Amino acid sequence: METTDIGLWGVPLAILGGAIRVSTPFIFVSLGEAITERSGRINLGLEGILVFGAMTAYAVAYLTNSPWLGVLAAMATGAAFGLFHGWICKFPKVNDIAIGIALMLFGSGLAFFFGKPFIQPSAPDLPAIPLGWWSSIPQVQAALSVNVLFILGAALAVLLWWAFRNTRAGLILRVVGDSSDAARAMGLNPDTVRLLATAVGGAFAAVGGAYLSLYYPGSWNEGISSGQGLMAVALVIFARWNPLGCFAAALLFGGAGALGPALQSVGVTQGYYLFYAAPYILTLLIMIATSSPGRTLAGAPGELSITK
Amino acid sequence: MLPQFMISRRRFIKSSAAAGALGLAGAGLPLGAARAAEATIGFIYVGPKDDFGYNQAHAEGAAFLKTLEGVSIVEEENVPETVDVQKTMESMINLDGATLIFPTSFGYFDPHMLAMAAKFPDIQFRHCGGMWTEGKHPKNTGSYFGYIGQGQYLNGIVAGHTSKSKKIGFVAAKPIPQVLLNINSFLLGARAVDPAITCQVIFTGEWSLAVKEAEATNALIDQGVDVVTCHVDSPKVVVETAAGRGAFVCGYHANQAPLAPEKYLTGAEWNWANVYKMYVEKLLAGEDLPNFTRGGLADGFVKMSPLGPAVTETARTQFDDTLAEIMKGGFSVIKGPLKNNKGDVVAAEGQSFPETAPELEGMDYLVEGVVGSTS
Repeated sequence: METTDIGLWGVPLAILGGAIRVSTPFIFVSLGEAITERSGRINLGLEGILVFGAMTAYAVAYLTNSPWLGVLAAMATGAAFGLFHGWICKFPKVNDIAIGIALMLFGSGLAFFFGKPFIQPSAPDLPAIPLGWWSSIPQVQAALSVNVLFILGAALAVLLWWAFRNTRAGLILRVVGDSSDAARAMGLNPDTVRLLATAVGGAFAAVGGAYLSLYYPGSWNEGISSGQGLMAVALVIFARWNPLGCFAAALLFGGAGALGPALQSVGVTQGYYLFYAAPYILTLLIMIATSSPGRTLAGAPGELSITK
Repeated sequence: MLPQFMISRRRFIKSSAAAGALGLAGAGLPLGAARAAEATIGFIYVGPKDDFGYNQAHAEGAAFLKTLEGVSIVEEENVPETVDVQKTMESMINLDGATLIFPTSFGYFDPHMLAMAAKFPDIQFRHCGGMWTEGKHPKNTGSYFGYIGQGQYLNGIVAGHTSKSKKIGFVAAKPIPQVLLNINSFLLGARAVDPAITCQVIFTGEWSLAVKEAEATNALIDQGVDVVTCHVDSPKVVVETAAGRGAFVCGYHANQAPLAPEKYLTGAEWNWANVYKMYVEKLLAGEDLPNFTRGGLADGFVKMSPLGPAVTETARTQFDDTLAEIMKGGFSVIKGPLKNNKGDVVAAEGQSFPETAPELEGMDYLVEGVVGSTS
């Protein structure tokens, strides 16, 4: 292994590399949740779907030796969980937040149960694209070795941002999210739209899980998510339901998360617990700076149960 | 949750005066205790028992006990360090008839195991760690632990021979004495090869945080570290990430060679089978179990993984010689003159702390040459 001494350059490089490596699950879960919440429903169960997706992807990739089949299988289970959530929430007087929490526990528990035999084996990883080929420095090459799913996530963010504004499907989604009555007056069935939006959101979240178990850190165990699915749901509010905002927020979280280890590696070792809290402090500050007691959150769908 | 329901019903019956006869029948249920030369042993793990790490090391010890005559094992995985572990212990005692319980995780001891020990004075509890104190804790409890720092010292020797950049790395969970001793031992082993070597440590803050462990490993390698070891619950992520980046790894807790056959040098492994066998044999023979058990490589509490293909002949020789020295017993990894990484003397000239020294169990410093901080 060749090494080049990059000294303090390691910190910005690690933040860049960390933003790319760590952010992908956040991107997918938050984009999925953005679609669901834009339709006027909250699915807190995405953490459970993420964990179940991670398990499914790993198991299928291990059994079929194809990581892409694993991703597809994860998407299918995520969509199924999403449909389940959407179907239950269709009934009158059902609280989507409570169902979401139940689904979170159910998904994780089921994943732990079925995932038992897959903790030890090693499944094939998803491929990475070496975007750092132009550099002769191995650290730069490592940081810029970008997974296909990350690129897909970035493309999806732009596509969704455009689709929300410019397509018929995007308009339907927003109408249903802002006012069920208006949607019904237009001849739309809000329940069907929400059912589909929750299913798509679930499928996205499961892809985030597949990234965790099949690429980074690249193994299945029960602590793999450590709450990333929940954090991503919070990111959507932070990003004001804007897909591009979700992408930026995910990058910010990924990069800030890499700060702690990177600073320790260059010798800034005091107070690492504080550095580890950096993403959360950052979130708090931005939330405080952009909130106002006088109005509801800008961009919040009107039918969302947290804004009602 | 059927077992818990049954416990509460049984407890209810026991304590109700109207059902005295039924209560007696309930109290007589744990049959294992009554019969001689037969025992049910309970094992409780904080994580999955095939995690390539801490829990797997214990589960391998438990699996060994199954081969013994008259011994049956009950196990439960993923038990949080909360009141849940009390329920697990209670169910193992009442429903499975366990007479000896090994709650293997650090946080099970106080208050959970102590509460159960007070409630079931006839049941034996042995906790993995160093927390049992004579006079303070009940006689039916105890603790066992191994001097695995020696294993990290041997890891360090191989790492010192293998490293070309003279920088080795350590991914650590929390700055508690056992972890600090491992970090210091790893560096001192490497410095026994070349005194210019430094060890970069990164604390992740938790025992199991896959993404942060991967980030820490990447950050170490970005800084030129070319041999990595760790002290987290499951070294799988660290081993796979490091090997994926082309660095060498030394293992910990269990043998991780299958994860990186080319890059795995050696590893410090627990050998709990030996320890559990000792306890169970005493139990079956009706003898008292020791309350305080300790041992290292020489006592068979710790073992080393077989040396990997990348280990050179000179490294192998020094490894074997040092191992032979350690096997004689009384080996001191921490010996003077030695300073901590803030420049204070921690061991004066001529002063040495053998593995059994109680000072080591309160270690709160990183030695000179370790780049890192305990807070």
